[in-house]
Amino acid sequence: MLLNIKDLHVSIGDKEIIKGFNLSVNKGEVHAIMGPNGTGKSTLAAAITGREGYEITKGEIFFKDELINEWEPDKRANEGVFLSFQYPIEIPGVSMTNFMRTALNAKREYMGQPPMSAGEFLKRMEEKKKLVDIQSKLTNRSVNEGFSGGEKKKNEIFQMAMLEPSLAILDETDSGLDIDALKVVAKGVNQLKSEDNAFVIITHYQRLLDYIVPDFVHVMYDGRIVKSGGKGLAIELENSGYEWIKEQFGA
Amino acid sequence: MTDESKEKDVLQEVTSGEYKYGFFTDIEADQAPKGLSEDIIRFISAKKEEPEWLLEFRLKAYRHWLTIEEPDWALLKHPPIDYQDIIYYSAPKKKKELSSLDEVDPELLDTFNKLGISLEEQKHLAGVAVDAVVDSVSVKTTFQETLKKHDIIFSSFSEAVQEHPDLVKKYLGSVVPYTDNYFAALNSAVFTDGSFCFIPKGVRCPIELSTYFRINAANTGQFERTLIVAEEGGYVSYLEGCTAPMRDENQLHAAIVELIALDNAEIKYSTVQNWYPGDKNGKGGIYNFVTKRGLCKGNSSKISWTQVETGSAITWKYPSCILLGDNSVGEFYSVAVTNNFQQADTGTKMMHLGKNTKSTIISKGISAGHSNNSYRGMVRVGKRAENARNFSQCDSLLLGDKCGAHTFPYIKTNNPTAIVEHEATTSKISEDQLFYCQQRGIDMEKSIGLIVNGYAKEVLNKLPMEFAVEAQKLLAITLEGSVG
Ligand SMILES: Nc1ncnc2c1ncn2[C@@H]1O[C@H](COP(=O)(O)OP(=O)(O)O)[C@@H](O)[C@H]1O
Ligand SMILES: [Mg+2]
Repeated sequence: MLLNIKDLHVSIGDKEIIKGFNLSVNKGEVHAIMGPNGTGKSTLAAAITGREGYEITKGEIFFKDELINEWEPDKRANEGVFLSFQYPIEIPGVSMTNFMRTALNAKREYMGQPPMSAGEFLKRMEEKKKLVDIQSKLTNRSVNEGFSGGEKKKNEIFQMAMLEPSLAILDETDSGLDIDALKVVAKGVNQLKSEDNAFVIITHYQRLLDYIVPDFVHVMYDGRIVKSGGKGLAIELENSGYEWIKEQFGA
Repeated sequence: MTDESKEKDVLQEVTSGEYKYGFFTDIEADQAPKGLSEDIIRFISAKKEEPEWLLEFRLKAYRHWLTIEEPDWALLKHPPIDYQDIIYYSAPKKKKELSSLDEVDPELLDTFNKLGISLEEQKHLAGVAVDAVVDSVSVKTTFQETLKKHDIIFSSFSEAVQEHPDLVKKYLGSVVPYTDNYFAALNSAVFTDGSFCFIPKGVRCPIELSTYFRINAANTGQFERTLIVAEEGGYVSYLEGCTAPMRDENQLHAAIVELIALDNAEIKYSTVQNWYPGDKNGKGGIYNFVTKRGLCKGNSSKISWTQVETGSAITWKYPSCILLGDNSVGEFYSVAVTNNFQQADTGTKMMHLGKNTKSTIISKGISAGHSNNSYRGMVRVGKRAENARNFSQCDSLLLGDKCGAHTFPYIKTNNPTAIVEHEATTSKISEDQLFYCQQRGIDMEKSIGLIVNGYAKEVLNKLPMEFAVEAQKLLAITLEGSVG
């Protein structure tokens, strides 16, 4: 099993946001997590990736059968956990090229490998840029600085392609994208998808799921999964909205 | 001659001798006794076999110094400095040579490695005997030959006093008079050595004088004096300091740097200052009170200051430009990092006197720990300075909430055609940025380094290439352990 979350409780300050969350993800699977705003989807992503301030008060997160509750974020990343941020961050003065090279070599160092040569690195950049249809000028700019909303999201997928994680969590990567950009994101995911990795796709809309077919769909509400099913569940949600969930599971 | 008058003569001889060389006439002594007096100054001057005019210069400076007080306007705190507890002259001592790197402080070696300094160079910097092949002396000679071919003078200050007294006399104190400030007066009275560089008309110095310093990291002492003159159309890029950590038993450092650019000349002066900052609790560390000023004397001349300040317990320095020539240009690019209990009060003065003069100020302050970091800048536009332009950008970055950042911009314009723009920002290193980097596998310290270097990029880009990379690493190292 790649990811196994058991009875997870997460608090921000005194406020409990994740309230008994369970999920297991195997290699080769695509899971979609859907649910209304404020339900705790991003909080879940933050807890899995080890963000400070997101306190696990109860429960366990296992990644590749290891308990990672206490791991630093960079260790989780280097072990293969990737998050496509809902709101990508700008880092002025740091070029995308430098950023990616630092990240890639950090991972290699972690794996006990020597740094990648400049030539090899640039080749890989070119290859992956094509994959997500990113223009060269973007990689010369500072990280996410002056990028449009769509470019920022594509840039997340580009980074994913560069780092080749074994578990990728996409937090609303499809929000605010036009159909072309959406296809690019889907293409990136589908090309990377293999028997050895898995995807957790957090989304509001089922339209992304037309291009990335999920094996499982989970409905999240108020900090936990309230319903799981196959692709059909996503379509059901699209048609009926989230109101019925609120009625059925609301406090 | 009577016995009595004979006695008188002898007495006179003895006393005047005393007057000349000090109460201890032992000119052979390796070091002056503690304290400062006219005698000590005469001793220094005699030791260095200086011409009379230079002794006079020193004495005038000293007498002036006695009449003034240490400035207290900077945002700096330190216990009073006892100027009588300092030894103002020691003969240049050969450092004890070590036989291998094994004898060097491992902490120092660790830092060298983090900076990516080559093994051979590490040996040199740490004072380990080096192989004949990379012997610094031979490389130094090659440099001197190149310089000679172009009629460039580049020597220690003492040597210049002996070899080129007219040039030294003409320019010494012409940009920073000894009356300028307390520390300038002190330096003028007691400076022991430094560097002199003269670029003749129409000559572009073919080598970065930084390269020279890499090999010849000179130990010039605590009262250093630098004088650089570029004649019409001359160009030189000069780098002072070193990214390698520098320790010194002398706590007080008060240097003077004077730059003079004639018509169409350009001087690019870069500094990497990494003196010992004291320990984590603020004990020890160098007090660095520096006066640096450039005079754009000629039309269309240009002087730029680039500085990366990471060291010293206290930094007090304001590299400035006097834009006297029409169309002259002054630039100041600065990154000042303070951590633990370091204090920095640094900035620049741009004095626009000529027409169409232009100045640019980019200052990036980074504070961490319990440190305090102030930018103090002045832009003055004189009556004659038609169409003067200044742009200033002063940014402060805070790491943590126990440090301070302060900005003191002073602007004074006496010409209505002047355009002076000032922008200032203060920001905190964002937790979002840190997490974003960490999520990509970059550890906390490297992430801080990356973000800080991004923030300081505009300035780092101005450094000579070979130093830019090291300076980047230096910033990261300086901030190690400052967050988290
Ligand atoms: N940094 C924070 N501090 C306090 N509350 C937060 C913080 N981040 C999120 N929350 C709260 O946690 C809840 C879940 O938010 P979030 O995980 O972003 O939901 P979703 O991604 O499902 O829209 C919301 O009520 C939100 O207000
Ligand atoms: Mg969210």
